[in-house]
Amino acid sequence: MKKSIGFQLPKKFSPPVIALILAILLFVASTFFLKTNTGLAVMLKRGQTIINITAYLGLIAAGQTIVILAGGEGIDLSAGTTVTLAAIVTAVVADKSDANLPIALAAALTAGGLVGLVNGIGVAILKIHPVVMTLSVSGVTMGTILAIYRGVVHGGAGPGFNKFVSMPFTIGNINLGFTGAVIAWVFVSIMIWFILNRTQFGKHLYAIGVNREAAHLSGVHVTRTAIFAYVLCGVFTAFGGFIVLGYIQSVYFIIGDGYLFPSIAAVVLGGTVLAGGEGSYWGTMSGAIVLTVLDSILTSSQVEVSVRQIVLGILLLAVISLYGRQKALRQ
Amino acid sequence: MQKIKGFFKKKTFVFSIVLFILVILANFTLQYTNLGPDKFAKRFMFLLDNNIRGFLPLILLAIAQAIVLINGSIDLSIGNLMGVVAAFLVTQYTMDDTIERFLQVFVIAIGIGVLAGALNGIFVSLVRIPPFITTYATSFVFSGIAMWILPRPGGNMPEIVTTFYRKTLPLSLPMGIWIILILMLLWLAFRNTRFGAHMYAIGGNEKAAFTSGVSVIRHRISVHMIAGFIAAFAALALVLITGSSDARIGGAMTLDSVVAVVLGGTPMSGGIGGVVGPIFGVMTLGFVRNIVGFADVDTWVQSLVDALIILIALASPSFIKLVLRQVRK
Repeated sequence: MKKSIGFQLPKKFSPPVIALILAILLFVASTFFLKTNTGLAVMLKRGQTIINITAYLGLIAAGQTIVILAGGEGIDLSAGTTVTLAAIVTAVVADKSDANLPIALAAALTAGGLVGLVNGIGVAILKIHPVVMTLSVSGVTMGTILAIYRGVVHGGAGPGFNKFVSMPFTIGNINLGFTGAVIAWVFVSIMIWFILNRTQFGKHLYAIGVNREAAHLSGVHVTRTAIFAYVLCGVFTAFGGFIVLGYIQSVYFIIGDGYLFPSIAAVVLGGTVLAGGEGSYWGTMSGAIVLTVLDSILTSSQVEVSVRQIVLGILLLAVISLYGRQKALRQ
Repeated sequence: MQKIKGFFKKKTFVFSIVLFILVILANFTLQYTNLGPDKFAKRFMFLLDNNIRGFLPLILLAIAQAIVLINGSIDLSIGNLMGVVAAFLVTQYTMDDTIERFLQVFVIAIGIGVLAGALNGIFVSLVRIPPFITTYATSFVFSGIAMWILPRPGGNMPEIVTTFYRKTLPLSLPMGIWIILILMLLWLAFRNTRFGAHMYAIGGNEKAAFTSGVSVIRHRISVHMIAGFIAAFAALALVLITGSSDARIGGAMTLDSVVAVVLGGTPMSGGIGGVVGPIFGVMTLGFVRNIVGFADVDTWVQSLVDALIILIALASPSFIKLVLRQVRK
């Protein structure tokens, strides 16, 4: 029997590929649309800039990908405050010195892991819905930050760290054109690929994402896997915050807020199913690139913020109509 | 014991009412310990009136959200949808409009709300994009439209209407309380209709409802339209407080509405719950913020205390359940 009758894209164009093609099309179109110099060198340079900017969102969306893959309507709405928390911890511990950076990184990752642990316990053991749980944990995290620092945070990233994150990376005399943030992004993406595809935890993660009951019956420790997914999410999001601080140098209290919803959108655009169990991090990476290209077009075309929002919303709907559709009830 | 447990399971809002009473007791002991009984009654009415009026927009949004959640969908655009209608209202009115003109414009505003809700419903059920994503995307569209209509905070409301809304105390009870009572009665009537029953059926098991002949697609569009309809009233309640609006005000209220619904004992899984709980959920949320404001809490610690109370309130029902299970073992 044929499986589907309705409109469906051929299998070899998986959502990540579509997202990537879309990003490239948008990018090429934007070159003409904005009437900039269309020379190849200029275009390459713009492409590099896009990738350099995307790295931050890509890093932050890594954790989001993991919890969404874990299913159970998993999502992390505390990602924004986790980024802020990690950035603040890094700023305070590093205190504008590069020597303290390793300790600062460890402290930031621990803080993020703790937030993830609380999320995980609430979701997996207390069975509170992820949306509500992570949202209120986000409130508690922000409250803690405000209570401790009372609106003023001293410290920041050291000069060497800042240079590594935001300046093009060079090996010897060769300029790679990509910043240290992109290097970190590549490193993280390899790590996530390994975790998802080459470890037992990764297999269990996909298993509980597809069907918790079945996973439980086949011997997967569902609760433990789900909690660990949230902890990992916290750690990776915190790493994103750490890198963001290196870029912005000094910290403010809403430094991470703007990353929350793009991180979810990137995951969804990359074809990861919100119900869990299906998707990949490389999809999220392409989703993040699509979002950044879109944002750069809308920013440089100098339309008003209101119109920009409307266009972004409509485009999100349009793109997801391409491959994010659910099965009809009669199927 | 079994009976009590069954009661709690059936009446999901009981916990929220208990919580609400606790919160309101704490609120009044904090605010009124220094007042005599005579002054107390007067102050009580005044504050209740103000408080309820302040809560009303979120109460309406929570009702809309609860209906959508019971139906097994979610509306993350509801706050911004309200923002669009509010922006429309305050830019259309002038200070000295008549009642007729007020009504004419408001009817159009309701139309806008319903249309926006229909847009959500169509994408959710006809195009079949998951509701979380659909309404997340439309929330951008709506917030953009609100900002486009009302670039800067401001606007006007007809003075006759605002005065009426603020100054009338039917049977010497605050107007807000009457509105809440009427809403509860409407809900009871609505729940027992065919439409209401189908709403629960779809939320409980979409596939089963479909197989037993419920038109899921049409029904879900209607539910989102009803949410838009209620959100238009929320917009009215909002602009009546201050007589003006801000395009960005709605965004934050969306997630508050979800938290209030869950706090009120209506779960996000669909198929069970009601709107009475969520109404108390909103008031609990509001009074918690009041308590923290009135108690001698350091300003910088306030948001932490506020968030912690909400987290504990959310966690305690499942925590109690967990403990009970351990005890039985």
